[in-house]
Amino acid sequence: MRSRRVLLVLALAVLAIPFVVPTVWMVAASVKPLPEIFAAPPSLWTKHPTLAAYGEAFSFQPFARQYLNSVYIAVLVTLITLAVSALGGYAFARIKFPGANALFLVVLTGLLVPSEVTIVPLFQMFKRAGMINTHWPLILVTALAAPCVLATFIMRQFFIALPVELEEAARLDGLGRPGIWFRICLPLAKPALSAVAILTFLASWNLYLEPTVYITSPELFTLPQALTRFTDAYGGQMWNTQLAAATMTVLPMLVVFVLLQRQFVEGLAHSGLK
Amino acid sequence: MSYWTIRRRDVLTGYLFILPQLAGVAVFVLLPVGMAIWYSLNDWNVFTGKQTFVGAENYAALADDPQLPKVLGATALFSGGVVVLNIALGLLLAVLLNRKFRGVTFFRTVFFSPVVVSVVAWTLVWGFLLQDNGGINGLLGGIGIDGPNWLQHGDTAMISVVFTQVVRSVGVNMVLFLAALQGVPGELYEAARIDGASSRSVFGRITLPLISPTILLTVIVTVVGALQSFAQIAVLTAGGPELSTTVLVYYVFQQAFKFNDIGYGSTLALMLLSFVMVLTLLQWQLRRKWVFYEE
Repeated sequence: MRSRRVLLVLALAVLAIPFVVPTVWMVAASVKPLPEIFAAPPSLWTKHPTLAAYGEAFSFQPFARQYLNSVYIAVLVTLITLAVSALGGYAFARIKFPGANALFLVVLTGLLVPSEVTIVPLFQMFKRAGMINTHWPLILVTALAAPCVLATFIMRQFFIALPVELEEAARLDGLGRPGIWFRICLPLAKPALSAVAILTFLASWNLYLEPTVYITSPELFTLPQALTRFTDAYGGQMWNTQLAAATMTVLPMLVVFVLLQRQFVEGLAHSGLK
Repeated sequence: MSYWTIRRRDVLTGYLFILPQLAGVAVFVLLPVGMAIWYSLNDWNVFTGKQTFVGAENYAALADDPQLPKVLGATALFSGGVVVLNIALGLLLAVLLNRKFRGVTFFRTVFFSPVVVSVVAWTLVWGFLLQDNGGINGLLGGIGIDGPNWLQHGDTAMISVVFTQVVRSVGVNMVLFLAALQGVPGELYEAARIDGASSRSVFGRITLPLISPTILLTVIVTVVGALQSFAQIAVLTAGGPELSTTVLVYYVFQQAFKFNDIGYGSTLALMLLSFVMVLTLLQWQLRRKWVFYEE
C-alpha cells in the first residue's frame, strides 16, 4: 500500500516536469547575464544574478504603459461582462417573454463562431468607425461577443438552479423585477460571478490575434503583443529582456492563482461546462 | 396594479435585460458573418482598393490552391494530435488525482497552473527551450542524446506545437474530468468490488460510461479550441518550416492580413466556420445516441 503511494507520487512528479520547468526556467534565465543563457551544459542557477534585463524591458519599450493597458482593458472588459451576463443570464433563466428560447439560441451562436472568422469584417467596421489603433475593438468585442456569451450561458445555468421561492417571497414584499435581480439574486450569485470574472479576465489578458490586427503603436500595445517585440535591430530575439518581461507578465497571475486556486478550479468545474 | 400591467412590465424588463447581450452578438458576431459571406463573393485586395463581385470564384479557387491540401493536412494533424493527447493525459491526471493522499492539492495546482500563464509568454519560453542550443537539447546532451533542431524540421515542429499546446491547456480537461469522476456514485464501486470485478473492468464498465458525457463534451471543446489556436503557432513556428505547421486559422490570417486578399481570406474563414459548425452539430447528435446517461 505504502509503496504504491510512493510510486504514484513519483509518477506525478515526473509528469509535472513539463508543467513546471518552463516557468522556473523563465524566471531563472531572466536574471542571468546574456552569455550564460545558452551555456552548455545548461544550469538553472547563475553565480552572477543581474536585474539588468528587467530595466532593459522598460527602456526598450514603453513596457509600464503596455502593462497598464493590459490591466485596465482586462478590468473594464470583466466589469462590463459581469453586468451584461448577469442581466442577460437572469432574464433568460427567469423571465417569461415571447421568443425567449429563439433569442437564446441566437445569442449562443456567439460561442460557435471563431473570432478568426469575424475579424476581417470587424476590422473593416472599426476602420470605418475610425477605431483602428485604439483600444475600443479590444474592449467592445471581448466584452460583448464570445467570452461574454459564455458568461451569459454560465449565469443562466446558475439562475435556473436557484430556488424560485426566494423571489416569490420578495415579490410579495413588493419588490419589482429589477429590485429582485439586484437585491436577492445577485448577492446569491457570487460563485457564478467569480467564475465569470476569472474566465473573462484570463480571456482578455491572453488576447493576441485582436491586438496584433488592430493596434500598431507600441504605446497602445497589450502585454502578449509587446512580449513578441523584444527584437534587436537585426531581428534577433533579445532573450533575457524578453524573458524578464514574460516573468513580469506571468508571475502576478500565478500568484493570484495559487492564492485563489480553489475558486479557479471549482469555478471552472461548476461553470456549467459539464 | 392589475395582473396584466405587472405581466407586461415583466416582459419589457426581460427584453431590456437581454438587450445588451443580444445587441453585442448581432453587431459583433452575426453582422460580421454576413459581411464575410458577402466578401467571399467579391475579389477585394485592400492594397489596390478595388472590390468587384465575382460570384463563386473564390470558392472555385479553393480547389486550385496548391497550398490548401497541405494546410488542411496540418490542421487535421494538429487538431487530432492535440485532442488525443489532451483527452488521454487529462483523463490520466484526473484518475491519478482522484484519491486522497498528501500533496494532491499541490499536484492539482501544478498541472492547472499553465492555464493561467499567458499563451504568448508560455509559447515564448518553449520557443527558447526548443532552440537548437536551448534547454531541451542541453538536457538531452547531458544524457548523451543529440537532440534535433526541433522547430526547423516539419515533423518535430508539429510535435512541438502539439506538445506545448497540450501541456498549457490540459489542466482544464483534468478539472472537468475530476468533477465528473467525483460525480460517480460510490455505491457503484462498492457493488462492483463485492462482485469481485477487477479494477480494469470497473474503469471500463462503470467509470468510463458514466463520465462519457464529459468526455464527449471535452473532445468537442478541445477540437474546436485546437481549430482556433492562433497565438501558439504564430509565436512558436509562424506556420513553418515551409507549411508544416500552417493550420487553417493561421492561413486565414496570412491571406487576409499579410497578403490583404480579403475575398479569399473570408472564403477560408467560412470554411473554418463550417468545420466548427459540423463538429458542434455532431456533438448534439452524438449526445442523444451515444452517451450513456443524461441528467
